Amino acid sequence: MQPFTSLTGQVLVLEQENIDTDQIIPARFLTATDFDGIGEHVFADWRFNANGEPIDGHVLNQPRARQCPILVAGHNFGCGSSREHAPHALLGFGFRVVISSQIADIFRNNSQTVGLLPVVLEAGQHARLLQMDGEDITVDLEQCEVAVKTADGNTDSWSFNIEPFARHCLLHGLDKFDFLNQAEELISAYEENR
Amino acid sequence: MPEPSPRSLFDKLWDAHVVMPESDATPAVIYIDLHLVHEVTSPQGFDLLRGKCIGVRRPDRTLATIDHSTPTLPAGEDGQRPYITEQAKRQVQTLRENCREFDIELHDWDSPSRGIVHVMGPELGASQPGMTIVCGDSHTSTHGAFGALAFGIGTTEVGHVLAKQCLLQNKPKSMRVNVEGRLAGNVTAKDLALNIINYLGMNGGTGFVIEYAGEAVRSLDMESRMTLCNLTIEAGARAGMIAPDQTTVEYLRGRAKAPQGEAFDRAAGKWLQLASDPDAGFDSEITLDGSAMRPAITYGTDPGMSVAIGEPVPQAGNASQQKALHYMDFTEGQSLAERQVDVVFIGSCTNGRISDLRAAANVLRGRQVADHVRMLVVPGSENIRKQAETEGLHKTIIEAGAEWRLPGCSMCIAMNGDMVPPGKTAVSTSNRNFEGRQGAGSRTLLASPETAAASAVLGRVGGVADLDATQEVA
Repeated sequence: MQPFTSLTGQVLVLEQENIDTDQIIPARFLTATDFDGIGEHVFADWRFNANGEPIDGHVLNQPRARQCPILVAGHNFGCGSSREHAPHALLGFGFRVVISSQIADIFRNNSQTVGLLPVVLEAGQHARLLQMDGEDITVDLEQCEVAVKTADGNTDSWSFNIEPFARHCLLHGLDKFDFLNQAEELISAYEENR
Repeated sequence: MPEPSPRSLFDKLWDAHVVMPESDATPAVIYIDLHLVHEVTSPQGFDLLRGKCIGVRRPDRTLATIDHSTPTLPAGEDGQRPYITEQAKRQVQTLRENCREFDIELHDWDSPSRGIVHVMGPELGASQPGMTIVCGDSHTSTHGAFGALAFGIGTTEVGHVLAKQCLLQNKPKSMRVNVEGRLAGNVTAKDLALNIINYLGMNGGTGFVIEYAGEAVRSLDMESRMTLCNLTIEAGARAGMIAPDQTTVEYLRGRAKAPQGEAFDRAAGKWLQLASDPDAGFDSEITLDGSAMRPAITYGTDPGMSVAIGEPVPQAGNASQQKALHYMDFTEGQSLAERQVDVVFIGSCTNGRISDLRAAANVLRGRQVADHVRMLVVPGSENIRKQAETEGLHKTIIEAGAEWRLPGCSMCIAMNGDMVPPGKTAVSTSNRNFEGRQGAGSRTLLASPETAAASAVLGRVGGVADLDATQEVA
């Protein structure tokens, strides 16, 4: 997993609420046995018509879309299935951060595991970000802050919460498994004492 | 000695599985009793094992099936099963090879018990009270019906459980949903669940584990409890659970993977102690009146957007709901009964059990599916298929004009070739009405097997109460 410390980059806004994992990666793309190339299919039914041709004008088909590392999405992003394909597809497309005012539990956990930073902000802050499509913002995981420029040239910084362990793994690009592996003696003892 | 503090069912399940407690800096290490595996979310998990040169720690706690990518039509004359793509076939073959390499019990085509993962586990008696149960599938919440802590995980975590039989978890918050009163005779577990999701909203359970309680829940049979717990994730909660009682014990008695003889009685004694203590605390608690609930059907693109059958399409509360109505081609105030139904699907881990098929067959008996409707009935497992055929349900279903298929997830997730065409309307007993869930451009209305079968006969959206003598062929 690629470490994530701090990133300044362009925002892409998908303001729809309740964007579910079937939208992020439709089930027909789940028959692969690896995650290679899955980013090409992210939001496939939004980006392509029935003939597989790109739909002109869709925000995700703009040339800039793949240069945007920060996805700001409507409330309750990532609801639905447990498919890890969803954060892999977003990563594969070029996103490193997804920001919303609520992110579904399983998707959020999967994202942290594979290196996509999920950030939950308060409704008011989120509402402002929804108006900032195309602007540059900074997401700093060391400070747990999102920084945005204001109209008068100042900076507003908003802090966010993330579990310390998930933050630690993301900051250092660590595999959660290594921590689990260190619990081996405890696991064996648990199995013996049941 | 001080009195031990009262604990909820969830607290008891959690405490019993802590291998290493949560700290300020790290999550808890939680032991997993049963790991269910299917072809779609496991291959990369097995690759993780190979990458680290480790084996499966507890093949005896791992149980696999093929269900998502499998065709529901039988093999052709050439003996070849009609997989939708070579890739789907390869995915099934990959699971077969992985299970062979790592010595995991796989219920393949030749198994008399093969079925949808959340139907098969309970049926075999593998899902038991007091267990932690995971699977790379969000509807793992189903197994909470037994008084287990059961939830869906990602593929990397599938690898973790294969390797260490453990997961890293922060303890979620708890919510109790009490449903008081008795459900009316025409209100099924699906209707109950849709009513609850409508109340909570599709994200109302985010961050929580839900315990269902109250008279209306206690009086449900096990299959109905599975339907209710299955749909917990549709309110955003990873796990839903119901305290084990005599109904749970009797369901499990004699099942192949349940304890046998005296061991069963000892186990049952322990299971019955798992119920929440009287003064157990919850982070959130709601109480609903089950006696006021009516059969429900969804009209939008999230499972929380439902109405009682007969009610018009409600007003859209926000832009998302407006978008949903647009996708579904409904307008505010419109009668759902005006909508022609093109496809009816009965099956899935939500409503593909024998009681669901009996309910559908009871509606279809002596009636005909409307000419323009394509109806698919897909049993949840081979055992259910055999039971249904022994009872002659398949004849009723076929004679009514519906298709009787082989077990699998089928049209619920629409990745095996069974799908709803673009723009068409389906009444489905499955669990998700998201845009394109049952095929790109498909429009899904979620309902009970009774309502789905009635809609098939009517050829438009309606419930059992809308059927009359004119639909009876007798």
